[in-house]
Parts: sequence; C-alpha cells; structure tokens
Amino acid sequence: MFKLMNNTKSEPLLLINDLNKIFETPGGRVEALKNITLTVNKGELLTIIGPSGCGKSTLLKIVAGLDTGYAGPVLLNGKAISGPGVDKGVIFQEPRLFPWMNVLQNIAGNLSLRDSGVRDRVHGLVELVKLRGFEKAYPRELSGGMAQRVAIARALLRNPEVLLLDEPFGALDAFTRVHMQEALLEIWEKNKTTMLLVTHDIDEAVFLGQRVVIMEPRPGHIRSILPVKLTYPRERSGTAFQDWRRTIMNEFEKVEGPAVDFGSHI
Amino acid sequence: MKKEGAATRLRLAAGNALLGWLLPLAIVASWQAAAALELLNPILLPSPWTIVEEFAALASSGEMLHHLGISAWRALQGFVLGGGAGLLAGIWAGFSYRMERLVDPSIQVLRTLPHLVIAPLFILWFGFGELSMVLIIAKGAFFPLYVNTFLGIRSVDSKLFDVARVLEFRRKDMILKLIVPAALPSILLGIRLSLGIAWLSLVVAEMMGASSGFGYLIMDARSFSITSLVIVGIIVFALVGKLSDSLVKMLERRLLSWQDTYKAEAVKG
Repeated sequence: MFKLMNNTKSEPLLLINDLNKIFETPGGRVEALKNITLTVNKGELLTIIGPSGCGKSTLLKIVAGLDTGYAGPVLLNGKAISGPGVDKGVIFQEPRLFPWMNVLQNIAGNLSLRDSGVRDRVHGLVELVKLRGFEKAYPRELSGGMAQRVAIARALLRNPEVLLLDEPFGALDAFTRVHMQEALLEIWEKNKTTMLLVTHDIDEAVFLGQRVVIMEPRPGHIRSILPVKLTYPRERSGTAFQDWRRTIMNEFEKVEGPAVDFGSHI
Repeated sequence: MKKEGAATRLRLAAGNALLGWLLPLAIVASWQAAAALELLNPILLPSPWTIVEEFAALASSGEMLHHLGISAWRALQGFVLGGGAGLLAGIWAGFSYRMERLVDPSIQVLRTLPHLVIAPLFILWFGFGELSMVLIIAKGAFFPLYVNTFLGIRSVDSKLFDVARVLEFRRKDMILKLIVPAALPSILLGIRLSLGIAWLSLVVAEMMGASSGFGYLIMDARSFSITSLVIVGIIVFALVGKLSDSLVKMLERRLLSWQDTYKAEAVKG
C-alpha cells in the first residue's frame, strides 16, 4: 500500500485493529479512541499528529502497555500487549531520569554496570547520543536536551522492538528541538529501531515521519495517514518539504473546526 | 571577577556567623559584669565563670563522662528500639494501603499522648528502672520516623514508577533503586527528628526516677540548689543534642549528594 523509504522490509510489527477506548468521567463517558486501525512495519518511523484531546497520547500509552482498559486487539509481533516492558521503549515528554543516579547509572537502570557487556553497551550508547564527558553527571546538571538523550539511550539499551515517543521534544526550546530531531533521525538510521512519535508540531511530523498519522478529536480517531515521499535528510527550507507541510496543514485545518478544548474533559 | 565574588561571599558568610555570636556574647558579658557587681543572687543565678569552673570540675572528676555515657546509652537504646519500630511500621504502612488503614489511625491517636501521661503507666508496669526509661524514649522516637518514612514512600513520583515498570524493574530493584533513594531524604529527616526527641525524652525519663545519667544529675543538683550544676547540665544537653544532629546532617550530605550537585555547580560557575 505504501512505498517505504530506506529499504525497510515491510513486515508488520504492530497491528492495531478497530481499537476503542472509553474514559469514564464524572461528566459521563468520553470516547477517547474510536475505530483505530493502524499497521506499523518493522523499522518504520511513524509520526502521529493531532490537536490536544485527539487521543494520540492515549494511543501511545496503550501500545506501551501502560493503559490496559481498551477494546480491540493491539498486537506486537502477533502477541497481545499485556503490560509495559523493555520491548516497548517509552520516551515521555519529560526525561523522567532517576535524580539519584548519574548518566551511566540512569542508562543502565536495573542492569549492573559491573557486567562488562552492559558497561560496553552503555558507553556505546553514550557515544551514540553524544554525551561523552557527561557520564558521571547527575540529571540536575544536564540541560533538557541532554536529559532527553539519556532517556533515549536508556530505552535503546534494552533493544526495544519499538520506541514510543510521546511529544519527546515538546518541552525543549526551538533550537534544541531541531537539533534533537536530527539526532533522533541519525539514531534511527543507525539502529533501524521502529519508532512511533507523537507530536503536535507539523514541522516535526513532516521532518521525521515516513508516514504521518493525522488524528482528530471527539471522538479520537484517525483522519488520514499520509506517506511523506521525501528522502532523508529532509531540507526544511526546500519547496518539497514545504509542499508536504502544506498538505498536512490542509488536512489539519479540516480537523480543527470549531475551537473546543476537548482535552479538559478527560 | 570570579575571585572577587567568592571573597565577597566569604566575607558575608563570616560576617553572618559573627553576627550570630554577637547576642550571646553580649548577654554573657553583661551577665558576668552583673555578677561581679553582686547584682545577682549567686544561688539563683551564678556567674558564668562559676559555671565554667563547675563544668571543669565535673569534667575532670570523670563524673561528666560517667553520667553522659549512661544517658547516651539509654537514649541510643530507646532510639534504636523506637526509631527502628517506626521505620519498619512506616515502610509497612507506606507499601500497603490496607496496612495504612489498619494501623495509621491508632498510631495517630497514640502520637498525641504526652510522655508525662504515659510515664506513670510504664512505671506501674515496669517499675522505676532502665526498661521504663528506654520505653519512654522509644515512644518518643517512634513517631517522627514512622510519619516521615511513610510520607517518603508515598511521595515517590508516580511518573518514575511508570518508568520502572517500562524498564521491567523487579521487586528488589523497585525497592532499592527507586523507593529507598526517593524516600531517603524523608527518612533521614525522620532520623534527625527522632534523635532529637529521644534526647528530649531522656530528660523526662531520667527526671522521673533514675540514680544516674544527666537528667538525674540535674534533678539532684536542683534538690541541693547547686544552680551552677543545673546550668552545666543544660549546656551539656544542648551540646550533645546539637552534636548528634550534626552527625545525621553529615550523613545526609553524604547520602544525598545528588541533591547538592546542582547547587555546587551553581556556586562554581
């Protein structure tokens, strides 16, 4: 159906078929997700974009196994997701590092740095996320971008089947964000890790995504899935990029409609 | 410029420290002057110099160390017993909501009971002796550690719990790598408060009926109207209390260095 870039094999890794999720709130039942059907191929980099309240973060949480109250099969490698685990790495909007651990300890987490295999791989990841010289630094000494790179290294150490990123650069300043997007792309091209990235930044969605999933609220559902037929690295100022940006924007404008803050109901 | 800034800060810090000494020194000086002019009744308020002499006499005769040793041992026993129980109860209630519902209301009721209300009962049950005293101290030391351990465990960031679940922390890792470090600042505060209360409870216990220890020394001195000895006792109590608090503070700085790194960087930079 879609032509994929970068010669990734088109094996379905994640299968979501008619997923529905309802939040019970004091104000009544809210359909957070409705009829979500999505297939993610191995090695793919998929971005999910939509206004707040469209359920994009909820969708990611379900794939992460952090939210289990839903209807409809969500299969990773053909198996239903039963809970969180290292095969589904998660990067949250905040880095969520352990403040009492330094960079190396944070990446290792529950794995022992005394194990030479672990140590070597941790150091390799420190190289990959360009944090050399900061191995012994504590989270309080790191900038937002650096801390988020530690979180990415921590997830990658576990060789996840899929890396789930929930607005990972949303809290960073514009310059750091662009830099981090490039860094993430580099990591993806080196490691070929399947990635699902949720964002509300159209530029980010176009710059990173092989496909862009556009979601809209009330109830949260997928409006369209657009394959961005551009080679990496993408030139942000190029006309082709701007065309894609406009295409997504147009889809998006249809989504916006009357300004209702759906998010506050959840 | 950096150096200048550091020097200014140092001057300021030294100035502040001196400022803190100004008031007590002025009081002692005028006190000594008033005593020298025989404006004070030496039985009610001996001169500072008499107190220093009393201190020296008590220290050189070995009496001070003897009583201090006995008092410290009692306080330590009570602290270990009560604080240890508080720590365990706090951990237990912190981990289990059912445990919290079961024990917390009762503990909160007991917490409000003053020592002097409980002491007669302990004396009836266990007599005037070591056990009663240690138990009173333990009762005092229990609550701060219980409350702070409980709060420390409950205040672990739920976002970090999500991370630990994603990383597949085992139960052991959850406790040792997440809950204990996260609760440690609270627990150390609990230890500090418990030690302080153990020390305070010691006086109550020893004043009720002991034949040794600093509380006894003060009560004995009072009955013979040796005011200077009473004041020496008060001073020693204050010093030892401060010393034990400083020790825990040092421990805190070592164990919680990850909290300070940022501040240290800021000062350096």
